[in-house]
Amino acid sequence: MSGSVGESEVFAVRGSEPGKGTLLVTGACGRLGKGVVRTFHRERPVLGVDRRPFPDRPKDVEHAPVDIRRKKLKDVFRSCNVEAVVHLGVMHDPRASAADHHSWNVAGFQKLLEYIAQFKVPKLVVLSSANVYGPQPDNAQFLPEDAPLLGGARFSEIRDLIEVDMLAQGFFWKHPGTETVILRPVHILGRVRNAASNFLRLPTIPTLMGFDPMIQVIHESDVVGAIRCALEPKARGIFNIAGAEPLPLSRIIRMLKRPSIPIPYTLGKLVLKRLFALHLSSFPTPELDHIRYVCMVDDALARRTLGFEPKLSIEETVLSVDAERFG
Amino acid sequence: MERSLARIGGKLFGVAPLARKLVSDAISAVDDFMTERLGEEFNARLARVPTNLTSSGVDAFGMDPEWTKYALASAALLHRNYFRTEVRGAEHVPSGRALLIANHSGQIPIDGALIGAALFMDVEPPRFIRAMVEKWSQTLPFVSVFFSRVGQVVGVPENAKRLLEADEILLVFPEGARGISKTYDQRYRLTEFGLGFMRLAIETGTPIVPVSVIGGEEQYVNVKNLDLLARLLRMPSFPLLPQLLVPGGALPLPTKYRITFGEPMYFDGDADDDDAVIDEKVQLVRTTIQAMVNRGLRDRKSVFFG
Repeated sequence: MSGSVGESEVFAVRGSEPGKGTLLVTGACGRLGKGVVRTFHRERPVLGVDRRPFPDRPKDVEHAPVDIRRKKLKDVFRSCNVEAVVHLGVMHDPRASAADHHSWNVAGFQKLLEYIAQFKVPKLVVLSSANVYGPQPDNAQFLPEDAPLLGGARFSEIRDLIEVDMLAQGFFWKHPGTETVILRPVHILGRVRNAASNFLRLPTIPTLMGFDPMIQVIHESDVVGAIRCALEPKARGIFNIAGAEPLPLSRIIRMLKRPSIPIPYTLGKLVLKRLFALHLSSFPTPELDHIRYVCMVDDALARRTLGFEPKLSIEETVLSVDAERFG
Repeated sequence: MERSLARIGGKLFGVAPLARKLVSDAISAVDDFMTERLGEEFNARLARVPTNLTSSGVDAFGMDPEWTKYALASAALLHRNYFRTEVRGAEHVPSGRALLIANHSGQIPIDGALIGAALFMDVEPPRFIRAMVEKWSQTLPFVSVFFSRVGQVVGVPENAKRLLEADEILLVFPEGARGISKTYDQRYRLTEFGLGFMRLAIETGTPIVPVSVIGGEEQYVNVKNLDLLARLLRMPSFPLLPQLLVPGGALPLPTKYRITFGEPMYFDGDADDDDAVIDEKVQLVRTTIQAMVNRGLRDRKSVFFG
């Protein structure tokens, strides 16, 4: 779908040359959000929207402590000429209630889209995830962008994320004046606190006995690089984003030089369910499918159209999960 | 593989160093045996196989030459010593991408393993065969890893296309399960072909190499397919094999296999054409293979000795 509506007029922002206008980042206080803010604040005005505090923010970054579900968000749009929105503010907390998840992720995002349309923002970058495809036994080895989004079939927490992705797709078609880019990166590693990085930080890494799927990972700085590509004028569409070459889970664990313990699937599922219920583990049971089946993407379109190339090697990417622990 | 095996062993017995030594001893014993039976040539061939490996030593589909080596060695032992396969037309196999289309037989798919062994032992340059496996195999522990490491991919068209575009060689049995469970009176009569392989060949501009396999139909004598029982057990077929009553009869009979590679066939046109148009081209391949099978049967004097 990229480029197919390229003929229509894209909104322009008054008073600044393209690429130098205000960049609004939602979820700016998350680890990835901080990375985005730090990357762009020297080049253009950056406005971070996040209800959480932002103690160590760079001085020239504005922080709007706003809940994106509230009307106050509109004032933020009104107060400055936003040239581009980067939406990272998706809630992934497996402990939050389904209602909270839904109202934050879906209702909040709808509000955001409404204001983007109303204030004629020329660019929107939405960070979705390759998890929307979901790990399945019959997945093609490399899923293209038009593969069905089946991630929610067995993992209900992913449904919100799929809905966000779908809303962004709808917005792409309905509002050709805004260049909408949806990025679907594979497992993001680094200092981020997501399921994949947390899993690889475990002192002994459990694996499923008899399963060793091929896995793609990407470093957080490469995701920021992809966002930079997406912010370029004329870029629009849906793009899978992958890091260096794929490798089996067992090689990732070997790179980290950490012991692993193979557990039969049925036993692992039972134990994990218990541990999760007792708040001893932060991994819901459907996450197990990620270390059982393949969920890899074909990133050829992003390389060709966006000109995106991951900079970090597979080794640097994998080892980055330890960066936080060891300083 | 040694290291991961050793790790599992170490966990189970709590005596990691001893277990690791046992495992590495066992592996080097297997390596010695392989070299002894298959000759230094086996290792030399291994070094010449064109692959698309990444820095982690596997390819994008998870194929690992270290695993494939052992799978190929066991197939090669069967190929050379048990079935004493005679390979003809090895020079017809192109050095780039190719689709091998073969007749399917033998109740269990030994024919696939032997074609794989022939491609590695008798074709120049030696090749790792790629084939497609059922989707449900991915849900089975160990089986899924084994298939992936020895280069078998999940049977979806996207995977086939990607393999061919990477200039790999792909084996397809268009008869599918129908072909493998033929009864003895139907032996060497090709059943209907699926059409998917032809669309794939046209779309990717891949030459089709017709392959005939003779010897498979006699390794197990299938008197009758018990369809009702098969349906009850949810198996593709339930063959009635009298030889299972004889001690040792579970092993396939040591028939002599003959594998013939035919001249490559090139097709063009529209990959999304009507079934009828595609079917015409498929029938060309099917009749070519049937003719090769018939010729082979005419030429052979004995089922067991050639």
